[in-house]
Amino acid sequence: MTLSLLEGNEAVAWGAFDAGCRFFAGYPITPATTIYNTMLALLPPAGGIVLQGEDEIASLGYCLGASMAGYKAMTATSGPGISLYSEHISFAIASEIPVVIVDVQRLGPSTGYATKGADGDVQFLRWSNSGGAPAIVLAPVDAADCYTLTMQAFNLAETYRCPVFLASSKEIGQTRESLDLSALKRPPLQERSMQPAESEYLPFRPAPGGQVPYFAPIGGRVLSRQTSSTHGENGYITADPKEVQALVERLDRKLTGAVESFSYHRLWPAPGGETLLITYGVTSRAARHACRELAAGGRPVAHLVLKTLWPVPEELLRAAAADYARVLVVEANLGQYVREVQRVLPQKQVEFFGRMDGKLISPAEIKEAVRA
Amino acid sequence: MPEKTLLNHSRPPIFCPGCSHDQVLRSLDKAFLNLGLAGHQICMVSDIGCSGFFDVFFNTHAMHGVHGRALTYAAGIKLCQPELNVVVTMGDGGLGIGAAHVIAACRRNLDLTLLVLNNYNFGMTGGQYSATTPNEAVVGSGFLNKLDKPLDLPALAAAAGAPFVCRCSTYQKDLTETLERAITYKGFSVVEIHGICPGRFTKRNKITPQSIAQDLAAKEQVCGEVAANQRQEYGLAYGREAAAQPALPRPLGIEPLCQAPQQTRQEVVILGAAGQRIITAGEVLALAGLAAGLHASQKNEYNVTVLRGPSISDLILSPEPIAYNGAQRPSVVIALSHEGVERRRGGFAGLGPEVLILQAPGVELPPSAGRVLAMDFKGMGIKAADWALASLAVLARQNQVLNQQMLVAALEARFQDKTLAAVKETLARVAS
Ligand code: SF4
Repeated sequence: MTLSLLEGNEAVAWGAFDAGCRFFAGYPITPATTIYNTMLALLPPAGGIVLQGEDEIASLGYCLGASMAGYKAMTATSGPGISLYSEHISFAIASEIPVVIVDVQRLGPSTGYATKGADGDVQFLRWSNSGGAPAIVLAPVDAADCYTLTMQAFNLAETYRCPVFLASSKEIGQTRESLDLSALKRPPLQERSMQPAESEYLPFRPAPGGQVPYFAPIGGRVLSRQTSSTHGENGYITADPKEVQALVERLDRKLTGAVESFSYHRLWPAPGGETLLITYGVTSRAARHACRELAAGGRPVAHLVLKTLWPVPEELLRAAAADYARVLVVEANLGQYVREVQRVLPQKQVEFFGRMDGKLISPAEIKEAVRA
Repeated sequence: MPEKTLLNHSRPPIFCPGCSHDQVLRSLDKAFLNLGLAGHQICMVSDIGCSGFFDVFFNTHAMHGVHGRALTYAAGIKLCQPELNVVVTMGDGGLGIGAAHVIAACRRNLDLTLLVLNNYNFGMTGGQYSATTPNEAVVGSGFLNKLDKPLDLPALAAAAGAPFVCRCSTYQKDLTETLERAITYKGFSVVEIHGICPGRFTKRNKITPQSIAQDLAAKEQVCGEVAANQRQEYGLAYGREAAAQPALPRPLGIEPLCQAPQQTRQEVVILGAAGQRIITAGEVLALAGLAAGLHASQKNEYNVTVLRGPSISDLILSPEPIAYNGAQRPSVVIALSHEGVERRRGGFAGLGPEVLILQAPGVELPPSAGRVLAMDFKGMGIKAADWALASLAVLARQNQVLNQQMLVAALEARFQDKTLAAVKETLARVAS
């Protein structure tokens, strides 16, 4: 085992690079800037492109253009920048443009505090588009996840033609950790399915047997048509209620109907225990400590670490919680994801513990919340 | 044999009768044909508003997005498909809301063609005033347009670095030729095309092709290359610069070469101030851990200001993979500045006698049960900026957390050449 020292943000950049990302545009913002720095060192020498946008809106706009031209593209920001991304997130969702968006969350609301962490954006990421269509959000726990989940994010963006968020945080992105990058398991790469030659191209007709349309790059031989307007399968603006309903239902179904195939997680059951602890992000690390200590003290607690937050992996939640009467959700915010858990598990006693003051939630606090 | 039109037969133009956009559309089509371009060699990128239909009316690649941002998609497309002719259409509304992108595009000089269809108002939403509405016009924004000075786009574009700028009228005879020049120009070209919006603007304002011609004649005549802004096109320049960049090597691991003095989880907190190279020292300590085959974590805390305020690094070295990486039970606290100590003042009371506290000159410590070792850095002739690294040398001498071999391996991994020699020289003073 040969370890190197890597920030979560650097691991994101390497994951993107190894996933075939060759376009990055971003605007400097703490605590996400080291992703931009690393991409700038990585891509241009490898024939890729990195731009510093004049603002965050432009940064994501550049990525959408590049993605439509056939490139795998990524951008990275933090809370204030995610707010500015919103209009282009809507575009990417509505118009099925693959892109990976890293949110290295910092303490909010608003500009908050740039060098403090929190998980305050997890509902925002889900609902950041006008129209309310679903998005995919993955949440890393450590630098190793930053690498692997970034690769998964590209696979999902390509497969489902949608933006995929990585909900990192200052506490993961800017923490240096020992890591053996070469030993991490790399998921096989997936590419968007391309329009077969010689057939009529309808840019938004789902490919046979699936929910996702074929892709034809802007600049290829086949004319590609892209629009942020409500569109029919032919890519032209439409207000036809049938066509519109078919589109928005498909945007929903293609993700919510598939989430069981990408419900990334870790589960430590506790046979005989009465409580299931649910965490995501950096809080999961304190929770691991707490669970070990609780088990050593004769009180085993089951622990589910969610790495896919959206769409809500409902089957997974039901299966994981089946054997426990009580579910405790711990989050670095005032209780965002617990709402989903309560919705999915109405017959369980679902409790919440959390804080959003810029300090890590500690194992001691979690133990106390479990014992409460 | 080229097609006679690139206009989209299945989507005929639907502009209001007499709309200047219709004439620009047909001129642009002619320009494409005169240049011998096929549909797949062109991408129309359109903005919001009535000019936002241009992509629909052409049989070319097409991208239509949100208001003011068309230039951003166009840039992404062009960088990835350099052979493609990318033409952006926007109105005076898009110019206003997307001004930051217009300026960025002028400064960048990517080979795009921007057509701003200026009809002095927001047609689609009811004739509100835009960035170019004359003060004397009567529009849908009450008195507001009397107050804002209309924007002179050609002057703005030239000042922002656009190498090809043109102000022209929809109705001038050489519009097609002008568009051809703009499209073939190798670099960013901006064409402001004045025209009439009968749907909204001429309802309350008398303008005609003749009056537009007179207005333009009274303004500075600009149509062509801006001599001061001639330079290499961005895509070509980017390729040249990128080719000269060294590749980033994959992160190299450190081979374990010895055992750490302690085989349990060790937490070290470095309490310093900005400018004391706290983060660098933390990284060296983490690397030293790797040299002993340990897992390592480094969490940093500092204010948003760069050269002021506390700078704190929390280090953990552990034979086990590290889950929680907040400070719990430090074995060593390195107190290097007042600011750093203040930030963590609350933690001192809980420190037990097993905790080693390294105290730098002039730093007052809150009461604690920890074992204090005052470091005479001044006597050793070590500057404050090196105290953090020097503290690691002190720890190594004590065989606490790290040893000399780990420290040297870490320094050699972190520094090269002259810097490495200088750091080693400084740290040698600690040993003496
Ligand atoms: S509203 Fe004005 S700009 Fe729009 S189509 Fe009608 S005339 Fe043309």
